[in-house]
Amino acid sequence: MMSSMHGLHRLALRLGAAATLAICAGLSAAQEPIRIGAFLSITGPASFLGDPENKTLELYIEKLNAAGGVLGRKLQLIAYDDAGDAEKARTFARRLIEQDRVDVIVGGTTTGTTMAVVPLVESAQVPLLSLAGAVVIIEPVKKWVFKTPHTDRMACEKIFADMRARKLSRVALISGSGGFDKSMRGECLGVAKKAGIQVLADENYGDRDTDMTAQLTKIRNTPGVQAVLNPGFGQGPAIVTRNFRQLGLKMPLYQSHGVASKEFIRLSGEAAEGVRLPAAALLVAESLPASDKQRPVVVGYKREYESRFKSEVSTFGGHAYDGLMLAVEAMKAAGSSERAKVRDALENVRGYVGTAGVVNMSAKDHMGLDLSAFRMLEVRKGDWTLVP
Amino acid sequence: MAARFATPRAGGMAALAALIALLPLGLRNDYFYDVAILVGLNAIVCVGLNLLVGYAGQISLGHAGFFGIGAYGSAILATRYGWPPLAAMLAATLAAAAIAFAVGRPILRLRGHYLAMATLALGVIVYMVISTEDRFTGGPDGMTVAPLAIGGWALRDPRLWYWVVGALLLAAVWFALNLIDSPTGRALRALHGSEVAAEVVGVDATRHKVMVFVVSAVYASIAGSLNAHFSGFITPAKVTFLHSIELVTMVVFGGMASTFGAVVGAAALTTLPQVLTPLKDYEMMVLGAVMMGTMIFMPRGVVPSLQALLTRRRDAAAAAAAPAPRPGDGQ
Amino acid sequence: MSAQFVQFLLTGLTVGAIYALVALGFSIIYNASQVINFAQGEFVMIGGMATVWFAAAGVPYAAAIPLAVAAAAAVGLALEKFAVEPARGASVVTLIIITIGASIFLRGLATLIWDKQLHVLKPFSGDTPIVLGGATLLPQSLWVLGVSLAIVLALAWFFGRTLLGKAMLATSNNRLAAQLAGIRVRHVLALAFALSAALGAIAGILIAPIAFTSYDVGVMLGLKGFAAAILGGMGSGAGAVVGGIVLGIAETMSAGYISSAYKDAIALLAMLAVLFFLPSGLLGRRGTERV
Repeated sequence: MMSSMHGLHRLALRLGAAATLAICAGLSAAQEPIRIGAFLSITGPASFLGDPENKTLELYIEKLNAAGGVLGRKLQLIAYDDAGDAEKARTFARRLIEQDRVDVIVGGTTTGTTMAVVPLVESAQVPLLSLAGAVVIIEPVKKWVFKTPHTDRMACEKIFADMRARKLSRVALISGSGGFDKSMRGECLGVAKKAGIQVLADENYGDRDTDMTAQLTKIRNTPGVQAVLNPGFGQGPAIVTRNFRQLGLKMPLYQSHGVASKEFIRLSGEAAEGVRLPAAALLVAESLPASDKQRPVVVGYKREYESRFKSEVSTFGGHAYDGLMLAVEAMKAAGSSERAKVRDALENVRGYVGTAGVVNMSAKDHMGLDLSAFRMLEVRKGDWTLVP
Repeated sequence: MAARFATPRAGGMAALAALIALLPLGLRNDYFYDVAILVGLNAIVCVGLNLLVGYAGQISLGHAGFFGIGAYGSAILATRYGWPPLAAMLAATLAAAAIAFAVGRPILRLRGHYLAMATLALGVIVYMVISTEDRFTGGPDGMTVAPLAIGGWALRDPRLWYWVVGALLLAAVWFALNLIDSPTGRALRALHGSEVAAEVVGVDATRHKVMVFVVSAVYASIAGSLNAHFSGFITPAKVTFLHSIELVTMVVFGGMASTFGAVVGAAALTTLPQVLTPLKDYEMMVLGAVMMGTMIFMPRGVVPSLQALLTRRRDAAAAAAAPAPRPGDGQ
Repeated sequence: MSAQFVQFLLTGLTVGAIYALVALGFSIIYNASQVINFAQGEFVMIGGMATVWFAAAGVPYAAAIPLAVAAAAAVGLALEKFAVEPARGASVVTLIIITIGASIFLRGLATLIWDKQLHVLKPFSGDTPIVLGGATLLPQSLWVLGVSLAIVLALAWFFGRTLLGKAMLATSNNRLAAQLAGIRVRHVLALAFALSAALGAIAGILIAPIAFTSYDVGVMLGLKGFAAAILGGMGSGAGAVVGGIVLGIAETMSAGYISSAYKDAIALLAMLAVLFFLPSGLLGRRGTERV
């Protein structure tokens, strides 16, 4: 009896020791390089955001190093996959800060994973560049937290302004059950009144639903609806778009910046014709006028990404590009990779031209984008076109 | 006295206490403490779940639901309504217990796969409510949770959290071991063997099953509350079907009907993803393969299988040295 | 109002038919081996993704589809041979975890062989909606309903009329007796896994033009299929079909008439209610729980 328990005790100790050793062994980093940490949702439900983000970071760290690095030092990327789980994100962020001793963190693919990490980076005093959309990340302003994409509130405002310009004011919402969908739905409901928009119907669908005709039938039978808005990302909006045409609905359909990639058109096929959405200039890179400030940046990123990965560029990867380049920009301006100096430099970024728009940070604005950075796009003949 | 100490129960408790006391020597920074705390919290859930799955033989694929009731109950009451966190935790725990008690009777009448589906459905329904009612829960993006404050003093440092969770884990194990040795525990094991036979000899099957269901729900709920306060942020990802599966996997991986196995399973499967990160794209495949491999080659779980191996070796050694009577097998 | 009802009904039938095919896969494997195969959803994924892959390589649908179904069946055989057979006699929970491990493994493999993108198949016969009693229906829905019906009839014939099918049924009733009667039980098991994988793959291919496919498409469909199989009564072929259709219609009707946010929860509650009154599902075997 006694010795059997003794064996168990030894076993438990050994297991513990083995696990500890394995963690340590995986993580002995060199001293020299500037360390860029990242926690992204490379797998899981937000993988279509996280996967291009991760690829973009890998691609550009490699390119920056090939060009001699930053401040004469090489860059090292340490990226973890949080699979969209906030708890994992927090643990990985702690690992980046405590174990990998990174200089700056890019990440938080989703609002949930970002917000879970905010208390940690605030107390550890590490600059964080989030790639997620919701307003709560930067409002109220948090000293160490910045973000690169437009907020969902801006998307709502842009869409509603476009609706008003087309004399549409009575709207039906249909959104998914994911975080992006719900956050944008909330923001749209919040700003609708101020924008002079009346929301007549508010329908939902599940993450992996295969058919939304029931919800759209209800919208069709709601009298007075002039336009439909579908905040969401992933396959849901494409199914909504197809079901919308199947049911013969004739009113304008608006999608969100959550489906701003060619993939949406590929999935929706013919049904995507006439769909409008607000998005960054990246999607229409080649049709921007030569005078556009963003043109060289977005065309350059698009070509690099597409030739390397043989898949179409999305604005999500663009967010990661902006995050990395803003960090690099700040380090150059600060002449150092020291966390506090980088943070101060980030707050002082003015006129940085990225894929999302022209960034002007300030102590009150840790995103630095305005509505002009959003372009209203329409699908015509199977491609994105700028709405004049 | 010595004889008392030599029971597997006390020996195991001592071993676990020693491990918890000595482990900080190997924890180099807060990240390690963070992982150790998560191991502890998962272990508490698994010790409770093991009572249900391992001893009573009732499967549950919905325990993340109880974890979520604890986490969100505590988070909402403490953060949105300003309750003292300990009171919020208590209320959440009572709510989890009440729900488990209410649904326990009809659900535990079901057998095998029907029970699996019913508990799964229960967990999914809790998830849907949490993820839909965003006014209270923050929806899929989650909500911030107030720190665990006692009086005016807030527990924030992971190094302190470690001792709190360690002590609770010891208490959880101690209570579970006592329950197993009680008449209820014997009744449960009888149920696991044959429910009909147990009923024939006068065991009120449903009552015992409901009781252990409630106990396991309380374990999950307390761990959920603690997890919410420790993390300072909670999302419904912790309430998904996948998290329920993860919990059951920990129990089975470590060894069903072995309380220390549940702890080992929680430790192994909580640290595994941290260890596998260098594998990047291969991580999922390796995780799946590890799960399959362990279950195929050690269908009873790691701890019981290794125990059996050790016993056999020792017996063989003893038999080689001198023909001796076979000692009793370990618990 | 009634056009609306017809619309909900048609939608529910289409969704339900897919659930039914997945549920049939669960039932066939369960009957042969008493295993609940949580990797069933991955067959759905393999069907869709492999067809997309073959089609992208220039293989016409007429060949790509059988190839994809064959690939899924091969994976089903491998699953039986390397994961389920070696664990014979393990407990229910152990087997569940083995199949969940297999599903994680297969999903990981799919991200390596293919990618994490969504893919779409071209509808088999165009995209022009068909109007039916005021409701509209995509031609692909007719394919889903038609093929599902054909499969159900074919399975009924197979299990009711052919020697092999009867051998499979006999094995599910009493393995030892079947073995004594000269049935090669191991072959029956292998066949069950291949057949059920093929069914899952067909479901995945049928749905891909409507709801797309990706490496993780199987998670939700697998879960819904399991719910349908339980609702109908695990192990009952007719039960799986009825369970699938009832679940599909319940979801759509709840979305249409009650609350689209809670439609899945309502469907699950309905299922729980059925289980409380009929603890072995709508058409499950009664009182044959082995002690």
